[in-house]
Amino acid sequence: MATLATPVSEPSAPTGSIDWPQRAAQALLLLACTALVLFLLAPLGAILVKSVQDKDGTFVGFGQILDYVQSPGLVESLTNTLFVAIIVTIVTIPLAFTFAYGLTRSCMPAKSVFRLIALTPILAPSLLAAISFIQWFGNQGALKGLLFGHSVYGPIGIVISSIYAIFPHALMIVLTSLLLTDRRLYEAAESLGTTRRRQFFTITLPSARYGLVSAAMVVFSYTVSDFGIPKVIGGNYHVLAIDIYQQVIGQQNFNRGAIVGLILLLPVVIAFAIDWWMQSRQQSQFSSRAVAYVPRPSRGFDLAMLAFCATVCVVMLAVLGMAIYTSFIKLWPYDKSFSLRHYGFGLIDGGVIDSYFNSLRMALLTALAGTVLVFGGAYLLEKTRGLAPVRTAMRFLASIPMAVPGMVLGLGYIFFFNAPSNPLNILYGTMTILVLSTVIHYYTSSHLTAVTALKALDNEFEAVSASLKVPFYKTFFRVTVPVCLPAILDIARYLFINAMVTLSAVIFLYSPDTKLASVAIVNLDEAGEIGPAAAMATLIVATSIVICLVYALLTRFLVTRTQAWRTPVAT
Amino acid sequence: MQAQPPRQDAFLSLADVAKQFGRFTALSGVSLEVARGDLVTFLGPSGCGKTTLLRIIAGLETQDRGRIVQNGRDISRLPAVKRDYGIVFQSYALFPNLTISDNVGYGLVNRRAGRARIRTRVAELLALVGLPDAGTKYPGQLSGGQQQRIALARALATSPGLLLLDEPLSALDALERVRLRGEIRALQQRLGVTTIMVTHDQEEALSMADTVVVMNQGRIEQVGTPRQIYREPASAFVADFVGKVNVLSAVAEDAGRFRVCGMSIGAVPGAPDVAPGTRVKLYLRPEDVQVNGAVGPEASRANAQVQKIEFLGAFCLVTVRVGDQQDQPLLVTLSRQSLDRMALGEGAPVSVGFPPECMRLLA
Repeated sequence: MATLATPVSEPSAPTGSIDWPQRAAQALLLLACTALVLFLLAPLGAILVKSVQDKDGTFVGFGQILDYVQSPGLVESLTNTLFVAIIVTIVTIPLAFTFAYGLTRSCMPAKSVFRLIALTPILAPSLLAAISFIQWFGNQGALKGLLFGHSVYGPIGIVISSIYAIFPHALMIVLTSLLLTDRRLYEAAESLGTTRRRQFFTITLPSARYGLVSAAMVVFSYTVSDFGIPKVIGGNYHVLAIDIYQQVIGQQNFNRGAIVGLILLLPVVIAFAIDWWMQSRQQSQFSSRAVAYVPRPSRGFDLAMLAFCATVCVVMLAVLGMAIYTSFIKLWPYDKSFSLRHYGFGLIDGGVIDSYFNSLRMALLTALAGTVLVFGGAYLLEKTRGLAPVRTAMRFLASIPMAVPGMVLGLGYIFFFNAPSNPLNILYGTMTILVLSTVIHYYTSSHLTAVTALKALDNEFEAVSASLKVPFYKTFFRVTVPVCLPAILDIARYLFINAMVTLSAVIFLYSPDTKLASVAIVNLDEAGEIGPAAAMATLIVATSIVICLVYALLTRFLVTRTQAWRTPVAT
Repeated sequence: MQAQPPRQDAFLSLADVAKQFGRFTALSGVSLEVARGDLVTFLGPSGCGKTTLLRIIAGLETQDRGRIVQNGRDISRLPAVKRDYGIVFQSYALFPNLTISDNVGYGLVNRRAGRARIRTRVAELLALVGLPDAGTKYPGQLSGGQQQRIALARALATSPGLLLLDEPLSALDALERVRLRGEIRALQQRLGVTTIMVTHDQEEALSMADTVVVMNQGRIEQVGTPRQIYREPASAFVADFVGKVNVLSAVAEDAGRFRVCGMSIGAVPGAPDVAPGTRVKLYLRPEDVQVNGAVGPEASRANAQVQKIEFLGAFCLVTVRVGDQQDQPLLVTLSRQSLDRMALGEGAPVSVGFPPECMRLLA
């Protein structure tokens, strides 16, 4: 090529320390990825290792897994677990679909109230449902007669409590898929003279199909892995989650616990594999320009939907209300006079209230640390460059927690962090490990929220900043964080509420100093103290409601203060 | 690629720049010189490597090999923050939560310029792009064209030595595109800033550029002035991509003459010696075809018949069939007036002529 008048230097060989902000970003990304390896992958690996070892830690091979799998006790638990999970799924999905259908396709009044009530179970630990159903249908139950002599302790109790607890999760997924349907499809169908019935089967159902499968898989895995409900209302009905608990806490048989953990992991992993496979086939069925469906009044249909949704909401309020009621009366069903003794005598005097403050502290720390880790990690993943293999690994790791039951995660933490040879075992029994396990447990959903928000930003912000010689972190704090603030608050709220109600992962990890409210409910229930247990559950619900209100106020305040740019002014 | 005469005042020079994405070759050894103060457009179909080349110059992608020298400084391995350029993207990439003033001043704040100094500079730039009163608004409150002007102001705020424009007009509607095209060119000439613009729109490239770089499949096909690119395409690709062109099958005759459409054409400029009987392809722009009275005395005449007339406003695109050559319809551009004057209709007989000086022989 041409010779240049100006002499030029050779390319400075290694890129080296020239661009330290980018190096720092890569280092942070590596750190976030390492955290996921350490607090997610390593504990899961520890379960695998433990399952092929004997009590002394010597390798005994896969034989003991086979032996144990064939034992009648395990076969029974496995059958029970699958039976309950399938029944719950079969009942919940049509309920959630009909409810969501009413919310999106009818003109019934008070939709937002119905939606709000239907989402309340999220605010409570799953234990609350179990306690409440015992009050309704238990030995002293108000509506015991409705069971015609059957006991609520056992599969019946587990199934109804699980349906209550999981309903809002299923509802949200189905609702989203119904909201995505393009109105123009219906208009096209109508112009071709298609009946409403045929529209339902050719447009509504097909477009909601993936949401329905996804919801079914979530319901199934939740029921399989939930520990609180069978613990409280399961009676002598054995399910896998209870087996793990008994093997580990009751008999200190960690290797057996590990094997049950693996077996528990199996159906859940299969469920998520099916979901993932369905999702990958979905592609972009709906264009982003889809026109929202606006329902038209239809008296009979609207009334039917109103009746259905109202019934569901009445039942939900009855469940929540019974737990709150129980906490405020002296002794069900003998002395129903108002009293605060379950709060005063039951919680405060006994010192049980400490566990509530532990939970509060844990939830705050989880919301804080988790939001930083999740959003920071997602930002580094989506908006910085280099280290391609680390990015792939991180994407994969971030999607795993969704498919790991809390009990399995908790068990892995015991194996990994309790090992004397692990320098990280100083974490064992601390608040830190509770926070970490909870952040990891709820990582996937938060991560997806963060990624969605970040993807909505212009891809070239970082490039523009670089051209203006502004280091990436300045743009991160000045532009990325403010623009993503609603999503960030959403993540914090999600982590806080889940940290308040979580039980399955932390049941193995708390120490006497860090006992949590949900654990206290289990202990109170075991001791027959159902009043204080209900009081504790009520406290948790109240706290979650307060957090939701704070979130709502904060978002409104911030939207008006810092998000003025979101409302375009006509020019 | 076609060698360019070496220039002493090259502001930016690329030597053998190559980039591979997995198995896809985005750039295979591109060399180029950009003169100081020029506006250069990278023109090509999507996937030709033009955007990749721009991003490599910006340091947003790293080339696999090759050297980049800007203003005498080797920037081949420098990260984007260490280079000296301003950039404007198709998507504007304005920070939505900052006011227009803050957007324009974004790069100035970092240079520890005083507040008053920044305010003056921002006002100056807003006036420069013709939006002096937009300062307190947010990007979402401006139209697409206005937003792109602000993006331009932001890129120019730090007085960079090089301005990079990545399809800056593609997201705008047709009228706004033409208006902004003129504004950008005028501004660029006023400031004398060396500018590289990526575009897939040939009209944009020809109307704005000092130099057009036509790219295809990771290579440079031709570098030249807009006139050179259009009148003297260096390859079949360039002739085909820039403007409309007739590709005529011809057979070489003796003494540098070619037989095409039953005519014998001589003195095609730049045509190499070809053995008689060789099949070749001759290129001719539709507007260069002579019709009826316009057929010059030198050119041979051929009889043809009008097949189709496409009305395009000021011009019409006429498809004619020459002789009995069914497979080789000929496109002819005529102004509406000459069409009216000749009173041509579909099926009308016409005579056409090919001026040899307008023809090119391309492989």
